[in-house]
Amino acid sequence: MNRINKKMQEGKKLLSIYFTAGYPDIEDTMPTLEALQENGVDMVEIGLPFSDPLADGPTIQESSTHALKNGMTTAKLFEQLKDVRKTIDIPLIIMGYFNPVLQYGIEDFCAKCKEIGIDGMILPDLPLAEYELHYKDIFEKNDLKFIFLITPQTSDERIRQIDQASDSFIYMVSTASTTGATSGFSNVQRDYFERIASLNLKNPQIVGFGIKDSETFITATKNAKGAIIGSAFIKHITEHGVEKIDDFVSKIR
Amino acid sequence: MNYNVNEKGYYGDFGGAYIPEMLYPNVEELRQNYLKIMQEADFQKEFHELLREYVGRPTPLYYAKRFSEKYGTKVYLKREDLCHTGAHKVNNTIGQILMAQRLGKKRIIAETGAGQHGVATATVCALMGLECIVYMGAIDIKRQAPNVARMKMLGAKVIPAESGSKTLKDATNEAIRDWISNPTDTHYIIGSVVGPHPYPDMVARFQSVISTEVKKQLQEKENRDTPDYVVACVGGGSNAAGLYYHYLDNPKVGIIAVEAAGKGIDSGESAATSALGKEGIIHGSKTLLMQTPDGQITEPYSISAGLDYPGVGPMHAHLFRSKRGEFISVTDADAMQAGLELSKLEGIIPAIETAHALAIFKDRKFKKDDVVVVNLSGRGDKDLNTYIEYFDLA
Repeated sequence: MNRINKKMQEGKKLLSIYFTAGYPDIEDTMPTLEALQENGVDMVEIGLPFSDPLADGPTIQESSTHALKNGMTTAKLFEQLKDVRKTIDIPLIIMGYFNPVLQYGIEDFCAKCKEIGIDGMILPDLPLAEYELHYKDIFEKNDLKFIFLITPQTSDERIRQIDQASDSFIYMVSTASTTGATSGFSNVQRDYFERIASLNLKNPQIVGFGIKDSETFITATKNAKGAIIGSAFIKHITEHGVEKIDDFVSKIR
Repeated sequence: MNYNVNEKGYYGDFGGAYIPEMLYPNVEELRQNYLKIMQEADFQKEFHELLREYVGRPTPLYYAKRFSEKYGTKVYLKREDLCHTGAHKVNNTIGQILMAQRLGKKRIIAETGAGQHGVATATVCALMGLECIVYMGAIDIKRQAPNVARMKMLGAKVIPAESGSKTLKDATNEAIRDWISNPTDTHYIIGSVVGPHPYPDMVARFQSVISTEVKKQLQEKENRDTPDYVVACVGGGSNAAGLYYHYLDNPKVGIIAVEAAGKGIDSGESAATSALGKEGIIHGSKTLLMQTPDGQITEPYSISAGLDYPGVGPMHAHLFRSKRGEFISVTDADAMQAGLELSKLEGIIPAIETAHALAIFKDRKFKKDDVVVVNLSGRGDKDLNTYIEYFDLA
C-alpha cells in the first residue's frame, strides 16, 4: 500500500510540513527531512522551486527564488533524494508547478519519483480536466498519488468529482488566498470546514493555507484528518536555520 | 487544418486552461458565458456603439504612398494608433468591461507592461465607474512614467510588482494572485491573447473588429476583400490576432508575425519566442515560452516594453508550429530605424512595438502589386523619450 494511504489510516490528526528544496542552503534538503521525521512530523511536502509560483504568497516565492539562486534544479533534487528511503519512512510528496515537470519529461519525472520512493505529487496548475485527459495513466503506473485542491469556492458537485478522481487525500485550501495568509480563521472558514465534513467524502481531507500555530492547527483539524504548514515553517527556518526545527514542531502539538 | 480555437480551448497542441483550483470558478463562469453574452443583441449594440462613438472606429485603412514607393509594393496601414488611448488595446478592454458588467463584477484588475493596456483598462473603468487596480512591474513603472500618471489621473490604483524580475510576467503573476484572493467580485481583464481558455479566444474575438474593417475597406479600395499579406508585431499577440482573425483559414492570405529580436536572437537579450521558446506552461496556457532547460521561465529583452514577454499567445504558437505563419524577428536597431523612417516618409510616429512590423520591408521583399496590410497598432507618443535618447534628438 502507498505510504500516504497507510498514514491516513492512523488514528491521529496528521501534521504535514511543506518546505522548499534547497533552502535556505542548497544542501539543507536532506537535513530538513531528517529533522522533520525525528520530531514526529507525519508527512512532508518537498517544494520543487519555480520561477513563477502563481499560487504562492511572498514567503514561499522568496524561498523559491533563493533556492533557484542556490542552484537548485529538478536533477539536483533527485540527486539529493536518491538514498532518502534509507533513512526516511514517512510519506513524501513533491509539490511544485507543472512547467519544470514537463521540461524534465513527465514520464521520466514520474519514473524517477517511483525509483526514489516518492508517494505523491501536488501540481496546483495541472487541473483535473487536463490531468484526466493526458496524464493520469503515467501517475498511476508509477504509484504516484495525484492530490487535488479544493477551495471555499469549489462547488459540491465539483468536490464530488475531485473525490472520485482522488485516491489518497484532498488538499483543502482554507481561504481564498495565496499561501501564507496570516489572518487566522473566522466563522467563514469554520462553516466551510463543517460543510466539507458533512459531504462524507471517501478521501480524507488535509487543510492547508493559513495554518501557522497550535491554535490554527487545532481549528483546521477539528473536522479534517490533518493540516499542512508551509509559510510559517519557511519563516522559522529563515530566522533560525534548520537546526532548530524541533522548536517549531513542538509548538504545534 | 483549423487555425482557430477548438471546443476544448486548444489551438492545435497549444492553449487549454492550466490554472490552480482557486481560479477555476471564475474561469469556468467566463467559459460558460462568454460566447452567449457576446452574441446578445444588447451586448453587440453597446459594444459597437462604444467602438464608434468613444474609440473612434472604424479606423482608417491608409494607403502609405511614399512608404510603398520606397519598398516597391502596395502597403496599407491599419490605423489602430488613432484609437482613443493610442492603440488597439482599447478594443479588448471595451469588450471585457461590458462582459464584466454582465457577470455582475464590481472590481477590475489588469496587468500592464508598457502601460498601454493599463491605460486602456483604467479608461474603460472610469467610463463605467468601476474600481480599477493595475499591476505593473516596478521596473516598468520607472520606464513608463507618463502612462503611470495617466492611469492615476483616470482613477486607477497602480500597484508595483516587486517579485521576480519586476516586469510584465511578474505583473501578470501578481494580477493572478489578486484574482485568487478575490474570487467573487473581481474580473481580470487580460490584455493580450494569452492566459487560460477562454481568454485567448475572447480577446481575439474582441480584436477581430480590426480584420472585419480591413475586409470592408479593402473591398472599397482594391475591389477585393483579401490582401496578399497581413503583417503585425507579436508580443503576446493581440493586435496580430485581430488583424489575422478573418484570414486565418484563407490560404491565399500570407500571415507574417514579427517578433522582437532585441539585441539579436543569439545575444541572450531577445524576446523572439518562436525562435527561442520551447513548449511549456505560462500564465495558464500551454504555449511556446522562453525558459531554462530546467523549466524556469526566463526574462526576455526588447527595447519595446510591449513585446517584452517570454511567451506568446497559443494561437500564434500554433501558427508557428503548423507553418501557417511566417515568423520574422527584428532587432532593436532595425525597429528604431523603421520608426524614424515612417515618421519621415508618412508623418506618422509609430509605437516602437509597431515599428518592428515596419522593419521587415528592408529584407523581406514583396511583389510590386502585392497588397500588404500592416497593423499600425499604436502611436509613438509613449516612446518619445526612447526615440529622443536613441537618436539623440534633444
